[in-house]
Amino acid sequence: MINIKDLPDEELFTPGHTACPGCGVAQAVRNLMKVLGKNTVVYLPANCLLVFSATYPLDAFKVPYLHLLFENSGVAAAGIRRALRKLGKNDVNVVALAGDGGTADIGMQALSGAAERNEDIIYVMVDNEAYMNTGIQRSGSTPFGAWTTTTPVGKKIKGKMEHKKDVMKIMMAHEVPYAATVSPAFPADMLRKFEKVKNKHGFRFLQIYTTCPTGWRAPSEKTITLARMAVETGIFPLLEYEDGVLKVNYRPKGKYTVEEYLKAQGRFKHFTPEMMEEVKHWIEMKWRWIRTIEEGQKALEQEE
Amino acid sequence: MTTKRVVTGNYAAAYGALLSRIQFSAAYPITPQTFIVEHLSEFVNDGILDAEFMRTESEHSAMSAVVAAEATGVRSFTATSSQGLALMHEVLFLPSALRLPVVMPVVNRTVAAPIGIWCEYNDTMPQRDTGWMQAYVEDNQEVLDMVIQAYRIAEHKDVLLPMMLSMDAFILSHTVEPVEFPNQDDVDDFLPPYKAEHAHLWPEDPMIIGSFTPPEYIQEVRYQTDQAMHAARDVIKEVTKEFGKKFGRDYGGLVEEYRMDDAEVALVSLGTVTSTARDVVDELREEGKKVGLVKLRYFRPYPYEEIRKVAEQVSAIGFYDRSISYGSGGPNYIEGRHALYGLDIPVMNFLAGLGGRDVTVPDIRLMYEKLLEAAKEGKAMKEIIWIGTRGVEP
Repeated sequence: MINIKDLPDEELFTPGHTACPGCGVAQAVRNLMKVLGKNTVVYLPANCLLVFSATYPLDAFKVPYLHLLFENSGVAAAGIRRALRKLGKNDVNVVALAGDGGTADIGMQALSGAAERNEDIIYVMVDNEAYMNTGIQRSGSTPFGAWTTTTPVGKKIKGKMEHKKDVMKIMMAHEVPYAATVSPAFPADMLRKFEKVKNKHGFRFLQIYTTCPTGWRAPSEKTITLARMAVETGIFPLLEYEDGVLKVNYRPKGKYTVEEYLKAQGRFKHFTPEMMEEVKHWIEMKWRWIRTIEEGQKALEQEE
Repeated sequence: MTTKRVVTGNYAAAYGALLSRIQFSAAYPITPQTFIVEHLSEFVNDGILDAEFMRTESEHSAMSAVVAAEATGVRSFTATSSQGLALMHEVLFLPSALRLPVVMPVVNRTVAAPIGIWCEYNDTMPQRDTGWMQAYVEDNQEVLDMVIQAYRIAEHKDVLLPMMLSMDAFILSHTVEPVEFPNQDDVDDFLPPYKAEHAHLWPEDPMIIGSFTPPEYIQEVRYQTDQAMHAARDVIKEVTKEFGKKFGRDYGGLVEEYRMDDAEVALVSLGTVTSTARDVVDELREEGKKVGLVKLRYFRPYPYEEIRKVAEQVSAIGFYDRSISYGSGGPNYIEGRHALYGLDIPVMNFLAGLGGRDVTVPDIRLMYEKLLEAAKEGKAMKEIIWIGTRGVEP
């Protein structure tokens, strides 16, 4: 298993990019590229990463990359993979690095098609829970109650009224060979999952929790702390689905409360006690479902 | 040895792709293009076409995959119709600016509303400004021949633009005609393998394709794409001639003239209506009327010089259109008018066959009558004429 000390010094996603201080996406991509290595082709849809990594004629990626559009990451990466196969270049990693809007919303159709066809690609959803590149608009992945520029805190309606779409669950419903959620606050688990997607074949999906200090109205030095809080509160479960089996990689130990997580970010500062309760209720539902699957799997194992 | 077989236009299109040794295809079925996808599937599953074939979940995805594959460095192919092409619209701008020579037959079908499945050019014509070359074909032989030629033209280093082949719904797609199939060796000789020198996605030679580009650079990209479209004119003429020499069928280049010697009036047609118009010209010639026909083979690049040259020999010229730009006129007519600026002869537009209505011999006779009348009077009584429309006097 890869150790953080073994990561190569060479940067394939180099300094000089123009991401905001504390950007979770830049940090996640930097580490992912270290694990995937040089023999990689990247597909980037329209997102922050496209803009801050490479504005012509500059470029932070040391591997080839293609950008076409916003909503076609799954299928564009698959097109690259199939063409490479035709050219006999079978050992190249093909990875799509899409945002949460580009995945949960506008890119869902192409993603679903690629997953159903079991295209041999790595699809990474860098989840910063809103359309940050266009200026913090609500996406399907924005959590309940959050302030965004399209879910403002008004006199009548305060923030987003719907809960976050569960893309991990959607990927599991596609019965893909591998799907996992990743938190940069858990580096050993993160690197293990990066290595896993590198070495597996078929459709592989990662949802990485990537703090956005700008969009979440949070201090830039809190990027990793917030990522840890999201896991510890049960808001962002660390999961792994492989060959039909779901695993919980980390069980929240209650080191942080939901209130602490919400109060650390300006996007939730208007929260009422009722809204806090709604979030807690949602976490309970989420974990009830996870436990149901876990218990069912355990019962089956014992039977067998 | 060439063989002659009786096949549909859709089979000819799929077989053209096979003979062109495409390496990648992604497609989504839509009436009336469906059989192209089905035949490709058969070729792949029978092992006679050695290509990666992706059955995508939409046309938007099909074109996305094709562009990505071509950017990776392989010869790529797709086909669509109507709503499918409209859904692809966003993606169409990419291969032209990124200089990726994708080839795509489009089986022309009406775009809703109202929904219809028959031949109309309101699917391809609105793609005018996407930077694709656009050819219109007359019969199934031309479908097959043009797929092969399209790759030669599109992949030429001076061009490197995508091309769509517009073929009439049902009239070609579902109708069988005898077609001569060239043998593979001759096609290989005419169309060498695609060499992805200018664009590829290979880790051993990293390249960025499609990066975020500020105003300091984009205008040059636009200029280069425009220059490529202009350069395509000469390449098309060259390739058409070379194809004619090798396979015995010379389509003339950007236009093909029919009985234009000493003609007093000319009709500029496109698509299958051209075949009917050839018969009408023969009939009228027998009646002593000096009429001629120009088949428009390419809408992009548009043959401005050729059209102007034709118009300079006649006393009236008419443009046939199977779609309309509302409040203006048919797209062929609009381009034709642009070509003829300052020339003082009657210029007319005949709109017929929209929504797939048959364009008959009497319809085309009427077009020529109107042209002869305008030539005699020195002016057209009415410039834009709807033929065979209920409640509308032509």
